[in-house]
Amino acid sequence: MGKFFAIVLTVITLVSASIFAMHIWWMPVDISVHGPALDKQFGETLMGTGFGFLVAQLSLAYFLWKFADKGDGRKVREFPGGPKVTIITAVVLVGLEILALSFVGQKAWASVNLDPAPPNAMHIDVQAEQFAFYFRYAGPDGQFGAVHPEKISDGNGNYFGLDPENDIPARDDIVVGSLTIPVNQPILLTIHSKDVGHSFYVRELRIQQDFVPGIVIPVHFTATQTGKFEIVCTQLCGLGHYNMKAYLEVLPQDQFDQWLKAQAGQ
Amino acid sequence: MRSGYFTALAVAVLLGSGMLVFAKPPAGSGSITGKVTYTGTPPKMKPIDMSKEPSCAKQHATPVMTQNVTTGPGNALQWVVVYISAGDEGSSAPSQGARYDQKGCEYLPHVLPMQVAQQLQIYNDDQTSHNIHPLSKTNPEWNKSQPPGSPPIDTKYDKAEFIPVKCNIHPWMHGYFAVLNTSHYAVSGEDGSFDIKGLPPGKYTVTAWQEQYPAQSQEVTISGSEAKTANFVFKVLPY
Ligand SMILES: [Cu+2]
Repeated sequence: MGKFFAIVLTVITLVSASIFAMHIWWMPVDISVHGPALDKQFGETLMGTGFGFLVAQLSLAYFLWKFADKGDGRKVREFPGGPKVTIITAVVLVGLEILALSFVGQKAWASVNLDPAPPNAMHIDVQAEQFAFYFRYAGPDGQFGAVHPEKISDGNGNYFGLDPENDIPARDDIVVGSLTIPVNQPILLTIHSKDVGHSFYVRELRIQQDFVPGIVIPVHFTATQTGKFEIVCTQLCGLGHYNMKAYLEVLPQDQFDQWLKAQAGQ
Repeated sequence: MRSGYFTALAVAVLLGSGMLVFAKPPAGSGSITGKVTYTGTPPKMKPIDMSKEPSCAKQHATPVMTQNVTTGPGNALQWVVVYISAGDEGSSAPSQGARYDQKGCEYLPHVLPMQVAQQLQIYNDDQTSHNIHPLSKTNPEWNKSQPPGSPPIDTKYDKAEFIPVKCNIHPWMHGYFAVLNTSHYAVSGEDGSFDIKGLPPGKYTVTAWQEQYPAQSQEVTISGSEAKTANFVFKVLPY
């Protein structure tokens, strides 16, 4: 029986490792400036943990094979020092590994989450609600109108709670249901939620950030490829969560300018 | 022989029409027609982005617009409920139910008038789930999910109320139920016109209700089978 388990374990280990090694079900294309650093970090982490996984599973299989119960009535022998020492060693080893990974990975993480957006970043305001995303551009005056939550009215299309009657900068704000951006231009999103927790996830941008009710969270990135990508909510937010998505459209600068002009004219 | 046949036929026709007359509630033949218009600059209606719901988006060649202030040529104002708010004797709800559709991720019609206690059937004609949520205050509030292919929701309201209706899944979907105590009502069309028929002689208060602006009323007296005119003008603002 021990030998049978050794074989099954070896097969499972090799098959699951080769799924990663052969890039089956691999990540989608990366279209962001910060993405390669994250992907590199991901690759290194995967190599490290993958190596550990292979060594651990294959030595387990080896020991299973070698010391399989031969039915000769031998007694089970314990590690010197008992299980305590083994557990402490494992905890220290895993702790060291996580510490090392955090230390090595923090640079890639900080470039996305801690560093401020470059000063020339284009600012787009994002509101999430059950179950849609809305995006706001400052309009021709380059200024956002103030937000008044009590003025939010979905029936009037006033998803952000603008007050165009009294607030002149709000009058030309452009509010749309899809995120359209120019390629190779730093983008700063300020994301906030009308109701519950949501998240902003674009696989190709390598960005996943929660919306937290009551907090405005900055997110910045630069897209390096044109195309249409999916924005999905990855934070279970209620009945229609499965249906909460929007599209990101990355356009060449001139097409983006045209698009923005057409929106402003509406 | 022949005259006997005709007599029988005449009796049958008379009886039939008599039954028709008696089956209906006491109906008059007076009417109030008119036009609802606006003065001022109306707010711009906004296009609705349905791209996240492709099965709905593809049903619309041009984007659906918000409908809170729907205007037409000649300053016409659409979706205004004009009804008898006083002077009507009241009548029981018609056996015919009112039908509300969720189609192309829109509520059709945008404003649905109905009578108190009249059956209301709500259909989902879409390939996506809806969760209709009428925000009633006087009547009990509820919301119900309808996956594609669900049977219609069968319900009714027991008290008169103007009820905003929203979809808990598609935030842009908005409409109104106008639950009325009277059977004499109309909703202004694209040209702003309305036509309230079947009014017995009497002194009436006619009220025009619009979802965004204050309602307004007029007194109209009908004698015999008069056809009276009543026009309503709403003052609108650009924002
Ligand atoms: Cu969500």
